[in-house]
Amino acid sequence: MPVPPASAAPPDDGQWTAPAKNHANTRYSELDEIDTGNVARLTVAFTFSTGVNRGQESAPLVVGDTMYLVTPYPNILYALDLTKPGAPMKWRYEPKPAAAAQGVACCDVVNRGPTYADGRIFYTTLDGHVVAVDAATGGEVWKVRVGDINTGETLTMAPLVARDKVYAGNSGGEYGVRGWIQALSAEDGSTVWKAYNTGPDKDVLIGPEFKPFYAMDQGVDLGVTTWPPDAWQQGGGNVWGWLSFDPDLNLLYHGTGNPGPWNAELRPGDNKWTAGIFARDADSGAARWFYQFSPHDLYDWDGINENILLDLTWQGQPRKVLVRPERNGHVYVLDRTTGEVLSAEPFHHLTATRGVDLKTGRLNYVPEKAPQMNRVVRDICPTAPGAKDWNPSSFSHQTGLLYIPHNNLCMDWQVESVSYIAGTPYVGAEVRMYPGPGGHRGVLAAWDVANAKPVWEIPEKFPVWSGAITTAGGLVFYGTMDGWFKAVDARAGKVLWQFKTASGIIGQPTTYRGPDGHQYVAILSGVGGWAGSVVAADLDVRDGTAAKGFVNAMRDFPDATTKGGTLYVFKLP
Amino acid sequence: MRAPYLAPLLIVLCGAGPCQREEREVRPDPAAVAETDERVALSTITAGPAAPVVETSGKGRDYETNAYHLSQGKTLYKWFNCNGCHANGGGDSGPPLMDDKWIYGGSIENIVAAIREGRPNGMPSFRGRIPDPQIWEIAAYVRSMSGNVPAAAAPSRSDSLHARPAENRQTPSPPVPGGSTPPSGLMPE
Ligand code: HEC
Repeated sequence: MPVPPASAAPPDDGQWTAPAKNHANTRYSELDEIDTGNVARLTVAFTFSTGVNRGQESAPLVVGDTMYLVTPYPNILYALDLTKPGAPMKWRYEPKPAAAAQGVACCDVVNRGPTYADGRIFYTTLDGHVVAVDAATGGEVWKVRVGDINTGETLTMAPLVARDKVYAGNSGGEYGVRGWIQALSAEDGSTVWKAYNTGPDKDVLIGPEFKPFYAMDQGVDLGVTTWPPDAWQQGGGNVWGWLSFDPDLNLLYHGTGNPGPWNAELRPGDNKWTAGIFARDADSGAARWFYQFSPHDLYDWDGINENILLDLTWQGQPRKVLVRPERNGHVYVLDRTTGEVLSAEPFHHLTATRGVDLKTGRLNYVPEKAPQMNRVVRDICPTAPGAKDWNPSSFSHQTGLLYIPHNNLCMDWQVESVSYIAGTPYVGAEVRMYPGPGGHRGVLAAWDVANAKPVWEIPEKFPVWSGAITTAGGLVFYGTMDGWFKAVDARAGKVLWQFKTASGIIGQPTTYRGPDGHQYVAILSGVGGWAGSVVAADLDVRDGTAAKGFVNAMRDFPDATTKGGTLYVFKLP
Repeated sequence: MRAPYLAPLLIVLCGAGPCQREEREVRPDPAAVAETDERVALSTITAGPAAPVVETSGKGRDYETNAYHLSQGKTLYKWFNCNGCHANGGGDSGPPLMDDKWIYGGSIENIVAAIREGRPNGMPSFRGRIPDPQIWEIAAYVRSMSGNVPAAAAPSRSDSLHARPAENRQTPSPPVPGGSTPPSGLMPE
């Protein structure tokens, strides 16, 4: 059975200090007080209104006796005192981000969570800052500006903290923003290194140590030569998703977002280093390997999803792997020391691609589904938000299965001309999404990593836009966009308990041991995000292209839920 | 400014029966165009019993009723990437423009001001980026999205994916003050 490397997933101390739980991104808790036998009795312990009616994609953290949560824009950080009845507020910190940032956030004004290390809470603000806040007092330790909203740059990701560095990258792939990742000093926020994901090798921190596995990723200045002249400057490749870190290899893993603009006719070439994954030396940022999931991406398939680090026996050999449920619809198993693809099997209905060539590493696109000017290409599966978007899967150390919350959507797509105007969207495509085969729009799937095949699936009416977690109690927790928070038997795939929250759920569950010694489960309810912006931003359902075509698939959604922003915490009676 | 050579031709064509030809202004030199000054209000109340003082030049009506300006506005709406933030009227990072809810007023003068000045929660200011007459054309087109221009003048087709009913078939929805409360307005104090 696959196991995460011990150095990246140390024994559980009952806290939940980073959205991904550990550097291996497994989102698994060893707590087992709540289990398959008693979960049906779960009740509400306390609730808290975040005061913001936008998409709550964040994860409530627990450090010691305190819970921390960060809201979507205006990115307020709250600390709640878990030692007192009802968990009253201890303090709040308001970074007061620039209001104008809301216009340049492609997919609702979300934030994907804070991270704790050494007495500080680190998080990003929509208007391009990274902040460090004193976890005890709520006082600002440092606040640095790393992005410029005037060029369309925002920050939405949860930073990763490893050793003495905070890693964060920018969002803005729909605004012609050139993607980068930075390592900041946890001490004072100063930049230690910064790597761009397009442009000349020196900007990308590609040097002699760079040894990509496949020929397609080898060459000089591919970040320039795989683009039309200068197009890499508005080329995207942003870092707004999940980072993982292998302390033994001292490697940081990060994905890169879609190339810009969406209209691929404007950027012939492979568009390095977008829609792929980098392994970088965590100290210097120097690139070690790169693999491109979707070369010359045609459909907005960002490569930023979670990278789950596991050690397993593959065809008789022990391998250090990285598992990636990718937007293009495949679960990839990569050798995380070299970037070699061991397998890439579909977990979504696919019409636009035909498998991955394991010799060359290339994704095979179906030529008839390639977008062309003045033509509507129909029945492209999966869609722009992909088979799954940012919402993270969980790997259970107990069952050895990966639990993938995902979409079941297809789309029509038409490219059109677009000009680059800094600070405005740079997209050049009109999209209309609709349910995939079966008519349901979302799925929670259990996936057997070792055998690269699905085990069970729970169809959901709406896209599953929440993250999942697993516990030693044999449970999977996730939420649905119509507001149900669910506990599922991790082996059987049977829903054992569910609770209807006030709004829809797109957040990341967490679980922890409270000061009273008992296990709690926390989730933010409050719909929004790309999938839910039809509700969060009151979009007009008569225009199917609204929210970049997602509204077409969500016309009935305003009848299913309303806006909100509430923390729910559950316990056994 | 009118193209004088069209006049004799129109007389010939229209001689046989009723024929109304829309006036089509040749585009003035952008540099020579001063910003128009319309006196609009963002509020429906005033400090006093009457309605707020609003004095408009009537220029807005000329744009709203003119098919050429509306179709130019539709083209420019995409050229200036309005669709990136407002889609084809249904909205995205920016609010919908085809519904009846208006945060900052739904008159063409209000819309011209919104485009020119920008709005605090993420609407960029286009002053100095779009020549004034074209701002009016775009604003007139925005009015057509909610059916608030004459159907005979409104655009009837798009060049791309059939995203929404054509503007000339849009049921008129007169502006109502409202719209999404911007999240900053929800920020706890
Ligand atoms: C970068 C994204 C962006 C671009 C580009 C953009 N807008 Fe906006 N727009 C917004 C946002 C966000 C708001 C809401 C501002 C607020 O609430 O303060 C808005 C508000 C408006 C409003 C006021 C709506 C109301 O209810 O009062 C109008 C009208 C408008 N935009 C028209 C346009 C037009 C026309 C263009 C193209 C010239 C355009 N916008 C380009 C984001 C954008």
